[in-house]
Amino acid sequence: MKDTPLSNCERDFLLKAIEEKKRLDGRQTYDYRKIKISFGTDYGCCFVDLGQTRVMAQVSCELVAPKENRPNEGIMFFNIELSPMASPGFEQGRQSELSVKLNRQLERCLRNSKCIDTESLCVVSGEKVWQIRVDVHTLNNDGNLMDAASIAAITALCHFRRPDVSTQGQEVTVYSPEERDPIPLSIYHMPISVSFAFFQQGTYLLVDPCEREERVMDGLLVIAMNKHREICSIQSSGGIMLLKEQVMRCSKIAGVKVSEITELINEALLNDRKARKAGGKCGFAESMPQERITALKKDETPVEMTDVTETANGIIQKGEAAPQTYPELNYKLGYKACKKWDTVLWHSFKWPAGGDVVEISDSEEEEVVILNPEVPEKPK
Amino acid sequence: MTPSACDKSAFSTMEVCGSLTVSLREFGCEQSLLSRPDGSASFVQGDTSVMAGVYGPAEVKVSKEIYDRATLEVLVQPKVGLPSVRERSQEQCVRETCEASLLLTLHPRSSLTLILQVLHDDGSLLSCCLNAACMALMDAGLPMSCLFCGVTCAISTDGQIITDPTAAQEKESRALMTFAIDSAKHSVLMSSTKGSFSVHEVSGLMTGKKECAPFQTNKTVNAKPKRPDVTNRLH
Repeated sequence: MKDTPLSNCERDFLLKAIEEKKRLDGRQTYDYRKIKISFGTDYGCCFVDLGQTRVMAQVSCELVAPKENRPNEGIMFFNIELSPMASPGFEQGRQSELSVKLNRQLERCLRNSKCIDTESLCVVSGEKVWQIRVDVHTLNNDGNLMDAASIAAITALCHFRRPDVSTQGQEVTVYSPEERDPIPLSIYHMPISVSFAFFQQGTYLLVDPCEREERVMDGLLVIAMNKHREICSIQSSGGIMLLKEQVMRCSKIAGVKVSEITELINEALLNDRKARKAGGKCGFAESMPQERITALKKDETPVEMTDVTETANGIIQKGEAAPQTYPELNYKLGYKACKKWDTVLWHSFKWPAGGDVVEISDSEEEEVVILNPEVPEKPK
Repeated sequence: MTPSACDKSAFSTMEVCGSLTVSLREFGCEQSLLSRPDGSASFVQGDTSVMAGVYGPAEVKVSKEIYDRATLEVLVQPKVGLPSVRERSQEQCVRETCEASLLLTLHPRSSLTLILQVLHDDGSLLSCCLNAACMALMDAGLPMSCLFCGVTCAISTDGQIITDPTAAQEKESRALMTFAIDSAKHSVLMSSTKGSFSVHEVSGLMTGKKECAPFQTNKTVNAKPKRPDVTNRLH
């Protein structure tokens, strides 16, 4: 399947709107879309909605042999699946450029920043360690998959609980969740990536680009940061040349956004913990609200309406010719056609008295209507 | 698992060993939740949840095109790990069912792609996939000759029949069966079985399934009202 191509007029429209600091959905330049975080039934399953972009992250663990050069550390494995459901352009199995880029960026953001304590994942040094696997599935691509994936991954890691183990010499006993409560992972900090899209060779920038904006952007700057204002990774792609001041400004904006998002994540985790403690069923069926239309509920888009009336009137005036008034009724209908017409209707028409003849059809078909301005004859 | 497609089966009521309890878990469905796919649906049976997305009719690769029908492609994405042989067999089951009910000849040389994402597996996964697929195809507005629904049942070691089993019940059963039943004639479109069971048991089950199916298809149709202006082209 191929993605629908972007037309030139759409591209021009988007670029022109961005030059005037307007976005399609009415956001400001530095605004994020609405973020919604929800959790699944088991630990480590997290859904993130960034506007219409939807991703799901699932964390799982397994006991494996450690890497040779790191016998005391656990293993972290990340995988972002670009599912064909998210976009018609994504293909199953094929490692596209975007897939490689997202996977690499997520790895740098979470693994290289050492946000998870891997030494605590060691069970028997040199023999058995926990391998933590994070699978991020993209469900709907409406732009900015990177940010959504990073939020989903770190939230799922914070939500995850691994089974408790006890070692007796070389023997390892893994307890099931019923026997002993599972233990959360030890997470030092929460790196979250923030994307900046640049247009017109770096002149204009937008935070959290949607899918249309991503298509027309020149370059992308992704800054992964935690709430302590430590930059975990920074990547600029697209070949745009950025000034030092621009990068500094972006990192300041990223700092603000990351602290907001971290607060949102902590709130969601807290609510989930409360709900589970209260013993409420966390199943999917129960969590689906009854008698409530959720999918078709459209959020109100803030659109600037101050000068809409004047602009609209101006466009209409330029586009339309002045309506003509016709004083008299003058027509002559074809013989056979007139029999089928209602006499009342004829009187309500007004046609030009002289001059223009409106000839509708020249053919010899029955239903021909010929209008001649000569004789005001009443047809039979 | 042996998938087999049988479209018409006439069964006489036979003695079934064990009792048949037709009880389904709480289920629900939501349609049109994704903006990119042409049709999307999420089906939930108890804790088992599957999301389906449909694209089509769209352009098809020349190597895959069929001159007089649409090419249907089904993808099942597991929650953890990469798709393996198990997912391939589930894809085949779903594809056979969909091909039996979709009017593919109305869209020759086009492609229909159905993607199923497993959100949580707590038993009866294949039937949940079938139900989600049906709802998504409806949401996409693709012409179908009938709706279909999936029902799973398990036969426990002592002969008791459990419909819509959970993962724990599935593990302890000696046989597991999934049927796809159409809404028009309540006939079996597809059956997929695992384990050992007798002919008597399966015949009794088929009649039981057919009782269960109208209940489920009605509920499936009623679960639609989340979208009040749905239009199905059902022939």
